[in-house]
Amino acid sequence: MNAQAQALRHSLVLAGRGVTKLRKSPVQLVDVILTPVVFLLMFVYLFGGAIAGGDLDAYLQAIVPGIMVMTVFQASVGIGVSLNADAGTGVFDRFRSMPVTRSAPLIGAVLADLVRYLVSLAVLLGLALIMGYRVQTGPLAALTGIGLLLAFGLSFAWLSVYIGMLVKTPGSVTGLMTILILPLTFASNVFVPSQTMPGWLRVWSGVNPVSLMSDAMRGLLNGGPVAGSLLGALAWMTGAIAVFFPLAMRAYRRNAS
Amino acid sequence: MHVIRAEGLIKKYGGTTALDGVDLEVPVGKVIGILGPNGAGKTTTVRILATLLRPDGGRAEVGGHDVVRDPVRVRGLIGLTGQYASVDEGLSGTENLVLLGRLLNLSKRQARARAAELLERFALTEAAGRPIATFSGGMRRRLDLAASLVGRPRILFLDEPTTGLDPRTRNELWGVVRELVADGTTVLLTTQYLEEADQLADRITVIDRGKVTAEGRPGELKRRIGGQILHVRPTLRGDLDAVARVLAELTGTTPARDENIGLLSAPADDPMLVSALVRRLEQAGIPADELGLRLPSLDEVFLALTATTERNAA
Repeated sequence: MNAQAQALRHSLVLAGRGVTKLRKSPVQLVDVILTPVVFLLMFVYLFGGAIAGGDLDAYLQAIVPGIMVMTVFQASVGIGVSLNADAGTGVFDRFRSMPVTRSAPLIGAVLADLVRYLVSLAVLLGLALIMGYRVQTGPLAALTGIGLLLAFGLSFAWLSVYIGMLVKTPGSVTGLMTILILPLTFASNVFVPSQTMPGWLRVWSGVNPVSLMSDAMRGLLNGGPVAGSLLGALAWMTGAIAVFFPLAMRAYRRNAS
Repeated sequence: MHVIRAEGLIKKYGGTTALDGVDLEVPVGKVIGILGPNGAGKTTTVRILATLLRPDGGRAEVGGHDVVRDPVRVRGLIGLTGQYASVDEGLSGTENLVLLGRLLNLSKRQARARAAELLERFALTEAAGRPIATFSGGMRRRLDLAASLVGRPRILFLDEPTTGLDPRTRNELWGVVRELVADGTTVLLTTQYLEEADQLADRITVIDRGKVTAEGRPGELKRRIGGQILHVRPTLRGDLDAVARVLAELTGTTPARDENIGLLSAPADDPMLVSALVRRLEQAGIPADELGLRLPSLDEVFLALTATTERNAA
């Protein structure tokens, strides 16, 4: 078996480990189930009236694609915390002492997290449909959107993996990630149109990956332009993997010695 | 032929030197015991040999492969059990062993068969599907050992395999290790328990503060601290002082007293001292429950060896 096939096999076997563990203790899914529910209810019913001037249906239609992005983003950054805790147990040392591809435990964990993204998206879409949200385009566009969201989550997961491998305790991973994701999620056009923001914030919101991906998702689900924002989002995704995958692997190796 | 060979291993953590030039040789099919107190460098040595840690100096080969240059080859030959290389608490015993089998490129069916075989061998079949959190200490340790055997390693590292186990469970585990050795597995075992090294190891390396302080067969090490020990246990506690005086007179040293069991012991170079002691006690009319010569216990060896190091260091 060549090295790539071996790496893929080991990663998939270890992804299977992650999925088994999720199945055995579904409590680990509570955060990805509650986050979209809380955000959807809070922004539509609590702030929605003020932000949208009373037209809740239109506001719901506008924010659901963005909340999907935010949900996947938040689900993807949880990986650093769980990997940090996992790497502290003896299991990773056992893998390291075996002829197992070095990157496989990390890639496997990231792949297993796809289950969390999917659960989160399913809950969000289910609730949104009950509240009156409708996909305006078609099933193909919607599926493309979901696929892109999964890729978005998989890319930014590596930032979290990197921090998870760098920092000593799971608690400090959570702290650092919170500081990093707040400006990405809230200083974006997910909840409010960026025209209302001061210039400097509008500039940031315009290049923010969460904004770009939200624009692309709005286009794919509600209809409208997709290409420009999608290209920007894809550039961010490529960049996130290109930078944080090698960094995460290096930190993981360092961790070992 | 030596299957494990280390020369001048050095490992530093910041300002502290964990290993300060450790040499080690393990012949094929033998058990070597690395003996030392907490923090002596035992675990660091094993982690380097198991490719989990890069040494800062020196070199080591396992199965003929350099642990730094060719770690993948080494990993294909070894099994590792220790407090750090453990199993996944979130999975059952079977799931853990199947996972490891799959990572070693067994098919699903082969991995299941191997898991069942190991669980059977370690008397864990009944508990195989249970969460590991419900396992007793001994079961957990047996599963750890089973996990390191999935790939049928020819070389096994056991890092403090029985620390914290009760004597009965410890004996069980010793039995398993003996079976593995009988099958031709080479074992490197670290322990804080002298008895464990004495029971299992063909050779013992004593390390303290990152340095090898003694090496040899258990018997040789015992002899190295000199002579034999003359010990006597008077029937009546009241006779302890009188007997101590006799012993001091005969051996020329103050005997060690174990007040708990009423035992006196003193180093004895001359075997004739036994008959002399018997005669003196007879004359004094002092009955004794126990009297004889023995080789020192490894505890005594160990204390003597580490005490020597301390004196040299001071």
